[in-house]
Amino acid sequence: MAKAEQNPSEEQKVMKGTSAVARGVMAANPDVVSAYPITPQTGVVEKLSDLVADGELDSEFIKVDSEFNAASTCIGASAAGARAFSATSSQGLKLMSEPLFTAAGMRLPIVMAVANRSLSAPLSIWADHTDAFAERDGGMMQFHAEDVQEAIDHVLMGFRVAEQVNLPVLSNFDGFILTHVQEPADIPTEEEVSEFLPPRDPEYTLDPSDPKTMGAFARPEHWTEARYEIQRAMEESKDVWAKTVEEFKEIFGRDYTEYNGMLDTYHGDADYRLVALGSMCGTIRKVIDEYRAEGVDVGLIRPRVHRPFPTEELREALGDAEAVGVLTKEMSPGYESALAGEIKGTLYHAENQPPIKSFVVGMAGRDITASDIGAMIEETMEASAPMAFDEQESWPQLREELLADGGD
Amino acid sequence: MDEIRIHGRGGQGSVTLAQLLAQAAHEEGTWAQAFPAFGVERRGAPVEAFARFDDEKITDRSQVDEPDYVIVQDTSLLEYVDVTEGLSEDGLVLVNTGADPEELDLETDAEVVTVDATDIALEHLGRPIMNTALLGAFAGATGLLGQDSMEAVITRKFSGEIGEQNVAATNDAYTEVSA
Amino acid sequence: MSESEDPYENLTITTGAVVEPNTSRVNKTGSWRQFKPVINVDACIACGQCDTYCPDQAAKPVEGEDYYGFDLDYCKGCGICEEVCPTDAIDMIREEK
Repeated sequence: MAKAEQNPSEEQKVMKGTSAVARGVMAANPDVVSAYPITPQTGVVEKLSDLVADGELDSEFIKVDSEFNAASTCIGASAAGARAFSATSSQGLKLMSEPLFTAAGMRLPIVMAVANRSLSAPLSIWADHTDAFAERDGGMMQFHAEDVQEAIDHVLMGFRVAEQVNLPVLSNFDGFILTHVQEPADIPTEEEVSEFLPPRDPEYTLDPSDPKTMGAFARPEHWTEARYEIQRAMEESKDVWAKTVEEFKEIFGRDYTEYNGMLDTYHGDADYRLVALGSMCGTIRKVIDEYRAEGVDVGLIRPRVHRPFPTEELREALGDAEAVGVLTKEMSPGYESALAGEIKGTLYHAENQPPIKSFVVGMAGRDITASDIGAMIEETMEASAPMAFDEQESWPQLREELLADGGD
Repeated sequence: MDEIRIHGRGGQGSVTLAQLLAQAAHEEGTWAQAFPAFGVERRGAPVEAFARFDDEKITDRSQVDEPDYVIVQDTSLLEYVDVTEGLSEDGLVLVNTGADPEELDLETDAEVVTVDATDIALEHLGRPIMNTALLGAFAGATGLLGQDSMEAVITRKFSGEIGEQNVAATNDAYTEVSA
Repeated sequence: MSESEDPYENLTITTGAVVEPNTSRVNKTGSWRQFKPVINVDACIACGQCDTYCPDQAAKPVEGEDYYGFDLDYCKGCGICEEVCPTDAIDMIREEK
């Protein structure tokens, strides 16, 4: 992404992230929207419900009593051939977990906007990626948006790729930081989107006049093959995604084609490379500018797509770095940041293995400041292997004075 | 880049003010960003909201700790909140009060501007919702936003008579502070 | 009236983040107030509607009197009492601090 873009056009609207995403979803013309309100997602489906009520969006908005039923309703609708959309956050995504794994197994291209938020307890309404990572292994594709524009565009491209490879999509955008910000964004029109996104053409649908069983029972002699097909579809989705970002660029002019649409970089060939997901990358870019002005060769590698995992792309993007710092808003208690672990696994069979430090930051909405990022750049520059396990990861924002033992 | 921090209380429209600032700046042809400090939203509790304007696309999403401009919606906050913390020496703090700047005794080298936005709001809207008056006063004090841009975004947000009343409050405050 | 002691200052995260009760007493929300309820004691019939509806339990009978008053340490000036008072005995007055 270019740091300096031309002044915002007249076409752009300054609106809240949730409203902008809802407008994007409207342009994709979903047949069914089913959702249950939860902070900080609520604005997305509240707006969609408004648009349906005002007659601007010709869609069934199906109100339900829980997120479990929102996802289940989307499964039914999608199985019947509908383009189905939902949105949620945090505990809501947890409650959807069971039907979402089912949707992946049933190979239903449901697209969801996930306004990322930490999971209880303690209860928090603010952003991190704990919710998205808890759904990592279900067979849903996952994207992470850096700004409001990407949050809109990822949903649209999500429909395009989902409906070709028959997998659900979780399109992540950070709660509050992106849901509640107002900034300029292009809202695609239905005409533009219809050129990009043809009507859904499913291979199988639930149809009483031509009965089928979907989501059937599978015995041990069959289940492995069904799961293997999800893995194959994920692999296939990389090529479809690469084509999708090209088509998107053609029609909308916004270029997400770097590294086949899997990664976005900023001074990606620098000696020291940070890796991060989502909105914190914006602040990281600013700090990179400051450090580069001081002669520090530091850059950013941002996975746009987390599932399918950008394995080959990350090997290429990170293999020749002096050191890598992974900044994450998630971690797996008992081990380390899941993203950091995945990156290490990816590089294990690559030619080079740069030392990798991971940093757990921005949990439950803790503000990530320029000086936080600067300190992590400096710690990354000092990283060298071998490292003991407790040297691999740090929590630089930890307020040790709040701990019962004062951090000792 | 111009960075603005707004101090208000829940229900006083701090977030709306940040949004109107960003929308008006965008109307002027610059990039803009507005967001609230993410806290627990309770009516009356001290809140903050932020806005940034720049010629380039704004990527920084951290809260504004070193503002160029500070807007204080309610002087009762001055007792509890260090509103000028981090404020640039060349900056400006705009306070909603009938008092003169020197009476406030703020600890800052930045310029202090006061306007009785609540009074202007009561006059035009009949209610103490002073954020559009503060928008006008900010524009008058800084020269960053034009009256046409403010009118455009206000009438887009508030239709009919309420829109007109808010535009009148904005223009009154603009004129008062510019004079 | 002084701003309350911040119950989150010097907080220690205990096992399971278990917390002590009564933080709402420490948090004197009166500092949030912009409008103050003023009662006309002659019009007050001591019906207690203000007490019933007050979200902060700041409306209370005044001891030894047949009218109600307000605990300004906690009244945050929402004006619900003014709305519900059946005899219009309560006015919300702008408070300059």
